[in-house]
This record gives sequence, C-alpha cells and structure tokens, in this order.
Amino acid sequence: METLNFEYEAKGPLTRRAHVGVVGSGDLEVLIEPADKPIAQVRVRTSVNGYAQVWKAVLDRFFSHFEHAARVEINDFGATPGMVALRLEQAGELVKP
Amino acid sequence: MSTSELSKRGRTWFDALADGAQRIETGLASVLVADATLADERVRLLAIVPDLHNRFPRARHGEVGLDEAWALAYHVREAIAADRSGVQRPLIAIVDVNSQAYGRIEALLGIFLSLAAAADAYATARMSGHPVVALVVGKAISGGFLAHGEQAHRLLALDAPGVMVHAMPKESAARVTRRSVEELDALGKTIIPMAYDIRQYARLGLLHELITGIDADAPSAPQITRVKERVAAAIADIRVDPGDLTSRLNNPEAKVHRAASIEVRRRLAEQWNA
Amino acid sequence: MTPTEHRTDPTAAERRDRFLSRRSVIEMRARERAQALLDPGSFRELLGPFDRLESPWLPLQGIVPESDDGVVIARGELAGKPAVIMAIEGAFQGGSMGEVSASKIAAALRLARGDWESGKAILPVLLLETGGVRLQEANLGEAVVAEIHAEIIALRRHVPVIGVIHGMVGCFGGMSIAAGLCSYLVVLPQARLGLNGPEVIEQEAGIDELDASDRRLIWSLMGGEQRYETGFADALIEDDAEQLRQAIRDLAARGLPARHRSEAVDDYQRRLAKIDPTRPLDGPALRRLWPQGDRQ
Repeated sequence: METLNFEYEAKGPLTRRAHVGVVGSGDLEVLIEPADKPIAQVRVRTSVNGYAQVWKAVLDRFFSHFEHAARVEINDFGATPGMVALRLEQAGELVKP
Repeated sequence: MSTSELSKRGRTWFDALADGAQRIETGLASVLVADATLADERVRLLAIVPDLHNRFPRARHGEVGLDEAWALAYHVREAIAADRSGVQRPLIAIVDVNSQAYGRIEALLGIFLSLAAAADAYATARMSGHPVVALVVGKAISGGFLAHGEQAHRLLALDAPGVMVHAMPKESAARVTRRSVEELDALGKTIIPMAYDIRQYARLGLLHELITGIDADAPSAPQITRVKERVAAAIADIRVDPGDLTSRLNNPEAKVHRAASIEVRRRLAEQWNA
Repeated sequence: MTPTEHRTDPTAAERRDRFLSRRSVIEMRARERAQALLDPGSFRELLGPFDRLESPWLPLQGIVPESDDGVVIARGELAGKPAVIMAIEGAFQGGSMGEVSASKIAAALRLARGDWESGKAILPVLLLETGGVRLQEANLGEAVVAEIHAEIIALRRHVPVIGVIHGMVGCFGGMSIAAGLCSYLVVLPQARLGLNGPEVIEQEAGIDELDASDRRLIWSLMGGEQRYETGFADALIEDDAEQLRQAIRDLAARGLPARHRSEAVDDYQRRLAKIDPTRPLDGPALRRLWPQGDRQ
C-alpha cells in the first residue's frame, strides 16, 4: 500500500460533502468534504505502488476545474486512471453548489 | 491423520473434571456429556472428541460435525428444561476442536444450521441463568468454537503448547492467504488478532483467565485440582455478575487492543437517536 | 377508430412494465440496497464513510481500508414502520467480517434490542453478503461474529430478525451460522448459503469431495433454490428490489415463529437419523426427503 499526498490551490469554499465508489477490485472510493484551510488536500491510499506520477496527472486534471477548498480522500484498489477520473467527476458533481 | 496425531486432550480433561461421574448416553462416541460435581455443586460437562468410526467420515478427528452439533444442542437444552424450576446448573464446555467438518454431505445437510443450533442452546442457557464456562484445553478453531464454547459467559484457557484459538486452521489459512506458515507466524507477532499463540490471544481481552503451570496432555493431580478451582471461581464470578459477551470489552486489554470495538459501540449509540 | 381497437392485453403490458422497472439487488452496492429497502426519504446512515471508522488492522498489513469497513447501517422506515438495515458490502474484502464491520452489526442489533426493551418497535434486517471472518483480523473478527450470534438470539425474542442472502458472494463461514439463527431467511436463486465455501471444501477435502468449479454441483448443494426447497429458507424471490421489500414485509407480518429453526433439535435429529452417509445423496434427493414446509 502506498500513501500519496497532494495539495491544490482553492478559490472558494464547499458546502456539501459526497462519497462515491467502493474499495473493490479495480475500483476506488472518493470522499470529498469541506476543509478548514483554503486549499484542497488530497490523500490517496492505493494498493498499487509506484504510480505517483499517474496519480498526479489525473488529479492535476481534475483540480484544474475543481477549485474548492476541500479535504479529499481516495482509497484505491487498483482502479484504472479512467476509473479514478470518473469517480472524481461523480463526487465533484455531487458537491457542486 | 494417524491415530497418534489425534488429540486426546478433550477426553483427558473431560475425565479429569468428571472424576468418575457417570457418562450420560449421547449415542455418539464423539460427544461426551456428564453431570459431575464441582465445588459441591452439580455441573454438566460437554466435550467433543475424535471418533474414528464416526458415521460421517469428515467428522472423525475431533471436528464438530452435523451429529455432534445437534447433540450438543440437545444436551444443553435438556439441562435447561430440567433445571427450569430449580437451580440452574453450570455448563462447562471443554474445548479441543479441530474445526468444523469440511465435506459435501455436511454442506448439503446444512451443517451451518447445526452449528447455529449448538450456539443457540449455549446462549439460551447463558440467558436462562446457567453459568456457562468454556475451558480451552487444545484447539478452538472457527465454526467449532463458535458452536461449542464461544457463547459462554467466561472463556478460560490453559497456558500450554498446542492451546490455540483461531478463525481457521493454520495450514488452511496459509493456503487461502497464499502465504507460508512461517509468514503467518511472523504476522501474528505484530498483528495480534492473527496470532495462533494463546498468550497473544489473551492480550485481546477475550479470556477471563489464562491458567498457567498446567501440563495439558498429562496433568498431575494437583494441576487438575487447580484447574477445577479456577473453573469454580469463574462460576462464582458469573453468579455475581453474569454480563454477556460484551463484558469481554470491560478490561484493560480490550481498551488497548479492541479500542475500535469499543469506539464503534459508543459512537453508534450516540447516533442511534440523533 | 374506437378505443377498443387500441386496447392491448393489460397483463402483457403490466408484465413488460414490471420487467423494465425491475431493479436488480445483486447489481447494487450495499448502500443502494439499504436505500432501496427503506421508504423514500427515510434513509439515515449511521457510522457512514465520513465517520471514518476503518479497520485498524488492514493498513498495518498494507491493505487499503474502506471508510465504512464494508458495512452499512441505516435506519429508516420500511412500509411506514421503523427498521434498521445492516447491509454488508461484498465488493470490499469479500464482505468479510473484521473488528469494525462486525462490531457495527453487533452494536446495531444491541441498540435495536434496547429499543424493544423500552417499548419501541424496530424491524432488523441483515443483508448477508459475506465470506465470513476476515482472516487478516482472524480472532477479533471471530470474537465479534460470536457477539453477532448472541445479539441475534437475544433480539429475536422480541421481533423476527430477517436475513437476506442475495449473492453473488453468498453467505459463508461464521456468518452462515448467523443466517441459521435468523427468524426468517429470504434467498435469491443466485445465493449460496453454507458454512464452508466450495473452494475451502475442495482445498481441505480434495477435488473428489467437491469440485469448486462445478457451479451446477455447488448450487445443487447450497444454492438459494436448494436451500429454500429443503426448508432452510422461508422465501425465494427473483432479483428485484420491490420483490425483496415485499418479501421482508410479508415475513415480518408473520410475527415470531412458534419455534426457530435453530431450536428444532428433535426435528433435525430425527431427520438426520434417517440418513445413511454411506449412500449417495444429492440435492434433488434431499428435496424429496426434506420438502419445504415439512415439519416432522
């Protein structure tokens, strides 16, 4: 298991929280909730080690349009980058103001 | 499994505690039941032992099989019914069970329900005022232990080699988790709930007492007396404060190694009516 | 044209609509199942993902935990009456029972009993999608599964405890004992219910004893339909959320059984006495010997 941490700038607060997914084979769960600090903090725990760059790429892309101060937690069990992007989008939709 | 590998501990301790008391006819060589005297009162002893002639081939080596589990349920309930308007006699489960029986016919005939019936009977006895004590003298593995012993008020174990409580026999667990037995042993040193060592098990706060200084295979007379005393003390303790299985959370070991169990209960209670 | 010329067979249309509106329970996640069973708007999850009660033991072994440890506890109403759904998520670690996941169920059963003891009714429903005790938490999983057994036995003095086995994981290990303790069991044909998983039987007793890849054989021994037809389950339904809701309601309406299956010691000892283990016995043969609805 590998734990990766990322931070992104935020422009505004969140009022909602959301949870999507399940930590099943090839899947992941995403938790997004409002944060105290004016940044987005992401913690990824993944069952597949050595893909920090891929995680960064996927997250960079998501946070380029998700600009809220949030605490984001990802628990991943070997999902593809596409699946990760999908779950992030799903969660992002649910917390949209 | 050769005859020499079959455990005799269940029978050894059953005979030791029975101390000459007449066996009750169970119809099964694998199920030993007797009403014995312990600390001046009548107690019912129950044990499962190997039976190489068991009519179910997969239940010949000390496993809790179909017949065994229903028989346990029968003899526990018989005591409950007999004592309904009198003194609820203590029930002592002497535990040395390999596991549950693994077989096709067991699956077909619903061994899951037979084990449920045994657990049900012991729990019902417990809730009906019978002190129920489990004395682990050998192996207490998975379904066998869930059926015969785990519903007791108090769990006692001998601090001796070969005494172990676990959710799955070590070799099976190694195969299922695709690790070696050595790797499992190593894991058990740092992940306490995975350990096969009874001393590690005791750190989880599940045991009422770990009885030291006992030769589990060939106990001396003083050692037998000592075990009887500890069982009697457990019975007395139950009569003062029976509690239920959650009483196993009220001790220093549980507060450290079962903190999550305690936290879940506390927080669920907070949220229940919120 | 007159209206009668456009009239279609209502039964066929109804059937088509029902088929189209059918919602598969198997394809849902545990949370969705709990939501589907409870009346709209009444679902309230307890100890959900944001409470972050995870397994303390999995990360130590390099295994990614789940925020709810694979169990959803939800209160709400089922057909207007208070209910608590305890739904196991089979996709996470095979629905296995660890310290936290099992404690959530045991604690919910205990609190439901507390409600009954103070005069408040609540219907307990267990969605049993589990391989049994989580080996990575072995002794704690086992100990808390024993607590679940104790709580079911105590709670079912007040109210039927209803178990549901839908698949595809099925219900095995120590939790199959929990199923055996339930007042009533609802099963789908896709379900399997047994103490030992087929793979474990094959592993321990050899492939001649049981070939775990022989699906037809497995379901003939321990599948939902087999268990129903031999009296181990009380309702056999199709994979549809509405049918499941209705089945639960119907069973709850029966009230407490006169005697629970796990109390029927004389009945089952008589049945077993008539069986000769040296003679071949298969699923269909057992259905003839122990038909559904038969009380000896």
